[in-house]
Amino acid sequence: MARLNLKKSRINRVRKLASRIAEDIQKFIEPHSTISVERTVLRLYGVDGMDLQQIPYPNRVVDLWREKGDISMGISRPFAEAALRSGKSALATARLLADGEIGFTGDIARLARADVRRKEMAMAKDAVKALALSAERKRRKIKKTPLPRTPWRYIIVATGNIYDDRTQARAAVHSGADIIAVIRSTVQSLLDYVPYGATTEGFGGTFATQENFKVMRQALDEESEKAGRYIRLVNYSSGLCMAEIAACAAFEDLDILLNDSMYGVLFRNINMKRTFVDQYFSRLICARAGIMINTGEDNYLTTADAMENAHAVTASQLINEAMAKKAGLPEDLLGIGHAFEIDPAIENAFLYELAHAALTRQLFPNSPVKYMPPTKFMSGDIFLSHGLDTMFNLASVATGQGIHLAGILTEAIHNPLMQDRAQALDNINYVFNIARDLGPEIEFKKDGMINKRAAQVLEEAEALLEKISGEGLMKAISQGHFADIKRGPEEGRGLDGVFVKGPGYSNPLMELLDR
Amino acid sequence: MEKQMIKPYGDTMDDGLVQLSFTLPVENGPRARKAAQEYAALLNLTNVTVADAKKIADGFTCFVIYARASAALDYSVIRATEADFPKMEREDIDRRIDRELGRRIVVVGGAIGTDAHTVGIDAIMNMKGYRQDYGLERYSGFMAVNMGAQVAGALLLEKGLETGADAILVSQTVTKNNIHIRQMTEFMTTLNGRNMRGRFILVAGGARLDNDLALRLGYDAGFGPGTLPSQVASFLAQNVIKRHGKRGG
Repeated sequence: MARLNLKKSRINRVRKLASRIAEDIQKFIEPHSTISVERTVLRLYGVDGMDLQQIPYPNRVVDLWREKGDISMGISRPFAEAALRSGKSALATARLLADGEIGFTGDIARLARADVRRKEMAMAKDAVKALALSAERKRRKIKKTPLPRTPWRYIIVATGNIYDDRTQARAAVHSGADIIAVIRSTVQSLLDYVPYGATTEGFGGTFATQENFKVMRQALDEESEKAGRYIRLVNYSSGLCMAEIAACAAFEDLDILLNDSMYGVLFRNINMKRTFVDQYFSRLICARAGIMINTGEDNYLTTADAMENAHAVTASQLINEAMAKKAGLPEDLLGIGHAFEIDPAIENAFLYELAHAALTRQLFPNSPVKYMPPTKFMSGDIFLSHGLDTMFNLASVATGQGIHLAGILTEAIHNPLMQDRAQALDNINYVFNIARDLGPEIEFKKDGMINKRAAQVLEEAEALLEKISGEGLMKAISQGHFADIKRGPEEGRGLDGVFVKGPGYSNPLMELLDR
Repeated sequence: MEKQMIKPYGDTMDDGLVQLSFTLPVENGPRARKAAQEYAALLNLTNVTVADAKKIADGFTCFVIYARASAALDYSVIRATEADFPKMEREDIDRRIDRELGRRIVVVGGAIGTDAHTVGIDAIMNMKGYRQDYGLERYSGFMAVNMGAQVAGALLLEKGLETGADAILVSQTVTKNNIHIRQMTEFMTTLNGRNMRGRFILVAGGARLDNDLALRLGYDAGFGPGTLPSQVASFLAQNVIKRHGKRGG
């Protein structure tokens, strides 16, 4: 690929700064847990389903323990005790607890501590095994039906009905899609539970549920066989239940989760402490289950100017990478995000887009970086919009992007129709084919506009990272130094679900995943 | 009034030429092309040319069609509204507010209900604005409170009362199953329920909104895609001054 003339010392410097920022956040994360992390432990121990009031059992059990016990101990130990006493499976034990057939209190002291620890360990080890098995199943499938060449063509389905989504996904695979993302209902990020069952009537998408994951993964397994290439499935591990969704996704062999260490804080006003703790556990799960994460830096550009905020993208990419590495995610599972969103009225906008795209590519050479299409300047003029997408496709193939989210000509009008997706994919296939090896043929002029622009963005990113690492990320966000959005550490949704781990805290699953 | 009959224009007056594209749930082939042609004929189109037929999935074919429309329309009877106000520039708006109102106009806004998209409300309210046109925050004549996305209607109203707002901006981007209409109606019900409809100037904006729809739902104006912040600012300035201006106009 065409190389930008970037200063090595500066690249080392920004990485070091990002790593310092992540370390500082990690010091906060370690002594804390959240109710969502605890519910995730239950899910991975095998608790699923919901009661007659449609409240998921993981919520019922954690809420009970919070009310009657001591949440600072975590859920693992009291639940293991309950399971020992019931002599039944995790799921059956959860039901007995929820129905009041057995209680948390009373019998605890009668059980030997070592027995309880053994039970906890056994459940945790089974959970880790289940995660590793998911990674193994994916590896086997990829061996049988290999991954296609990059950029991988990523297509969205969003009917709100998982069965219609399935039909749309099959059609998209026929037209050339390599990755299918099922759009999630916009309300879910603010729900403090994971809904249950198949969605047939969702607004703006389906819910991220284990059942929906299963329905789509099965269809894509069939399509992979037919197409002779492995079709990957994407959903969202974001909002108030990052880790729980990661657990559900691992059980159903999802391949990619949208997962960002700051997106929820900045763009959904979710409390930062909650997000930092949740993202860590969610990424530990992804690392073990072989799930790739996609970060959401495109959002800095859709909500603000793409020229002015390019450095915020770079800074966020580096912070996301540093935090993901803390959770043990290898580089090939880091789908670092960015986007093609510069105002098309700006002269030479395409050159700046190339500079930004090449910068991301070069900063993360081993990551399948994810490139998002133009959305902000798309209008009802589908013909011009198709033109914007064509240039986006060219920038993507020329700079060797990893994941290419298909731009759709009806972006500003409606959820894509089947024919819209086909048009988009025809355009992508055309451009990728005629310019397949353009990238390696290009050399950027040494002091040309593209090199200058990339150097400027990196320099501005360094200045921002300096400021953030000096203050600490939490303070930087509360002062609006990140993307001009101010969020205080005590603000936002989900703070009441964050707690300090007590001296009796137990979570052997986290210990095993943390190694 | 004299009739003014019009038809689509291709390259000669009244040729009635239209282009359209649609998908039929059939496998591509001569029968599918024929079906597309016949279907276009059922739409009262003549001289139908199936320019392209392409398989887009098993059992689905997408067509590109050119044809002549036979219907003609009397343009002289067509009426449509548009939020009616002269468009001003930011400096003029600020000056006029200062001169004729003598205080800042307070505006609260948000994407209501389940809508998680701030792109519309941000474009109008945030400092940055849209397409080199600054947002309301940038104006000295406005105090703009952007509540972001997924704001409950009741909360938006509360904020409006708390800040003594002159106007409330409601943004709706998601339109699946007409949820935008439902949520805008709900907000209107909330206002009416508390007898607050007359208290604010109500402006709606969104990807599938126009002034007609907004008026029908009881709002004072509606702005569709591509709207610049200065258009909304012009509308608000003129209407707030009309209500509360020093000259009582």
